[in-house]
Amino acid sequence: MAGALNAALADALEQDPRVVVLGEDVGTLGGVFRVTDGLAARFGDRRVVDTPLAESGIVGTAIGMAMGGLVPVVEMQFDAFAYPAFEQVTSHLAKLRNRTRGAVALPVVVRVPYGGGIGGVEHHCDSSEAYYAHTPGLRVVTPATPADAYRMMRQAIACPDPVVLLEPKRRYWSKEAAELTADGPALDEAVVRRPGRDVTLVTYGGTVATALEAADAAVEEGWDVEVVDLRSLSPIDDATLTASVRRTGRAVVVHEAPGSGGLGAEVAQRITERCFHHLEAPVLRVTGFDIPYPPPKLEQHHLPSVDRILDTVARLQWDDQPEPCPAPYGARRA
Amino acid sequence: MTPSSPALDGSVQERAAAFLPPGDGPQALVDPTGSPLPSPLAMPADDDLLALHRAMVVGRRFDTQASALTRQGRLAVYPSSRGQEACQVAAALALRPQDWLFPTYRDSVAIVTRGVPPVEVLTLLRGDWHCGYDPYEHRVAPQCTPLATNTLHAVGLAHAARLQGEDRVALVLLGDGATSEGDTHEALNFAAVWGAPVVFLVQNNGYAISVPLAKQTAAPSLAHKGVGYGMRSRLVDGNDAAAVHAVLTEAVAGAAGGDGPTLVEALTYRVEAHTNADDAGRYRDPAEVEAWLAKDPVSRSEAHLRSRGLLDDALAERFAREGEELAAGVRAALEHDVAPDPRELFEHVYAQPTAALLEQRDLLLAELEEEPA
Ligand SMILES: Cc1ncc(C[n+]2csc(CCOP(=O)(O)OP(=O)(O)O)c2C)c(N)n1
Repeated sequence: MAGALNAALADALEQDPRVVVLGEDVGTLGGVFRVTDGLAARFGDRRVVDTPLAESGIVGTAIGMAMGGLVPVVEMQFDAFAYPAFEQVTSHLAKLRNRTRGAVALPVVVRVPYGGGIGGVEHHCDSSEAYYAHTPGLRVVTPATPADAYRMMRQAIACPDPVVLLEPKRRYWSKEAAELTADGPALDEAVVRRPGRDVTLVTYGGTVATALEAADAAVEEGWDVEVVDLRSLSPIDDATLTASVRRTGRAVVVHEAPGSGGLGAEVAQRITERCFHHLEAPVLRVTGFDIPYPPPKLEQHHLPSVDRILDTVARLQWDDQPEPCPAPYGARRA
Repeated sequence: MTPSSPALDGSVQERAAAFLPPGDGPQALVDPTGSPLPSPLAMPADDDLLALHRAMVVGRRFDTQASALTRQGRLAVYPSSRGQEACQVAAALALRPQDWLFPTYRDSVAIVTRGVPPVEVLTLLRGDWHCGYDPYEHRVAPQCTPLATNTLHAVGLAHAARLQGEDRVALVLLGDGATSEGDTHEALNFAAVWGAPVVFLVQNNGYAISVPLAKQTAAPSLAHKGVGYGMRSRLVDGNDAAAVHAVLTEAVAGAAGGDGPTLVEALTYRVEAHTNADDAGRYRDPAEVEAWLAKDPVSRSEAHLRSRGLLDDALAERFAREGEELAAGVRAALEHDVAPDPRELFEHVYAQPTAALLEQRDLLLAELEEEPA
């Protein structure tokens, strides 16, 4: 996926002279995850800029650059290190279009490597999507495959709205062969990754692969599991979501961010509202615990696992099972 | 993209000296009684001095009108810049048409001086939801409320101009309190490292709401902070319009000429309370206000211009009349409340409203239709 993102940035820099890349270590080093590898050498240090170490400064100056006619793509080095930029993102990036009655567009892309599963230590593994998705004026998207990563990066750069592009770190090194093209579905469209009849797993980013694995394993249990990859967390593609759950009648939302106040609650509510008469069971969630991200030795217990997903699927009242579920953290093993 | 420092060679002390504000104390051209002072600064041309004075007279009338309308409930809130007119008008008049101004909530007079229609400047304060003017029309950013955040926008816009090979300078206004915010630090640093064509004008009016400068900083002056960033710094008498204009014009020309950014601290005073909602009596001595009234920027400029024969009663009368006309226009325009269109609340959140926003808009419209008229 890192390669696909790199190719998207290179192609955008090549095709649009207004595009600039800014961030900490994005130039000579190519970024700590090498997503900007080789770009400074190819496009020069005026277009691929090693900034001083200051996240608010990076986003704040990107806002001014966009006002001045550029299309900045900024990198926050890690999820939790984007927090110093929060005021610029929420008070200005998200609001300037509205504040100026549409006169000032800010086509800025804020790239945030996010999530765990890489053995990282604290502050390097946060899932911060809910903060951004809660902010009107931002588009929040997260690819799960290299093909989506390329397309969504290109579309985010072309988008007249500010886009927070959350890059699931644990997918950076995934190597599926993919044809890279900017064409395809719109930036805010979800996709059915795997069709199934019995239950819908709704997920995004780093946990899409886990959900697909769970769906494969579920065949043995006799469940035909559908997997929906939301891809866009704001806005949410209700049409795809609703069509899927109306077909299957059961839904589990899976994400690794803490459950309370998380995206899963938003998704579950949308499903309940739109699919109530099709539902055979309450919508359940499998999420990370409501704890600061745990140390590497314990992260596998925190992250949604295939087993935890299957256990939760098992509790979807297949036999009118009456007992309440210990949502939102997924079911305990029976 | 190398830092453009005046003295890259030489010792640390020599380099630091190149960035220090020149002289000992604020630079001035005209003393409080209106007499010219010896100064290495170049006295602005007669036309410029008259333009500054005219803008101050008109600007002050605008300011008193806005304060009055606030007392009458026509404006929700108004942060007055009375006493700071020299900074306000010099900031606007030092800029060329292609340059950008990045103002705060306190800088309405600067924006009016830049040419934005006064009624548009007051739009937000009247209770509308947008900034009132198109920033691209006059190259004035929306008035910024979150302190110091506009400093970074100015640096970004200025740097973008350089990257695009355009001759465009950004001037950002901020208060003494805002210099304590992290964004000011980041902006000064980015500007210096990038050599961005940006001018920072700190209007040091002594207070951040109630907090005096002594509780804000231990620096010898706010201008001295520029040294730490490797940025030229100036300390100027902020009630001397001629001096503020001279310093800013030089800073703008330097920025445009590739010399990079300048930090300017102007010493001035906020005569009114922080806003109409504030009670300045709780934190400052009336004697202090009195002392500053004696240094009033408008009467100082008037005395100076009269002593030089540049201003007579007739011209003074004309400037006053222009102020009255502007005030009358503002009063007339604000006679009626704004009627924000609720539909528009959903229109500019994104380039195209999302499906959810359209649903929410329709819900609100249906509710409004049901409401008894
Ligand atoms: C980030 C932020 N914190 C707090 C405030 C509330 N606030 C508004 S004005 C002000 C004082 C600012 O003082 P100064 O920068 O000296 O400017 P002045 O108002 O004197 O022009 C404060 C604390 C704010 N607007 N933004």
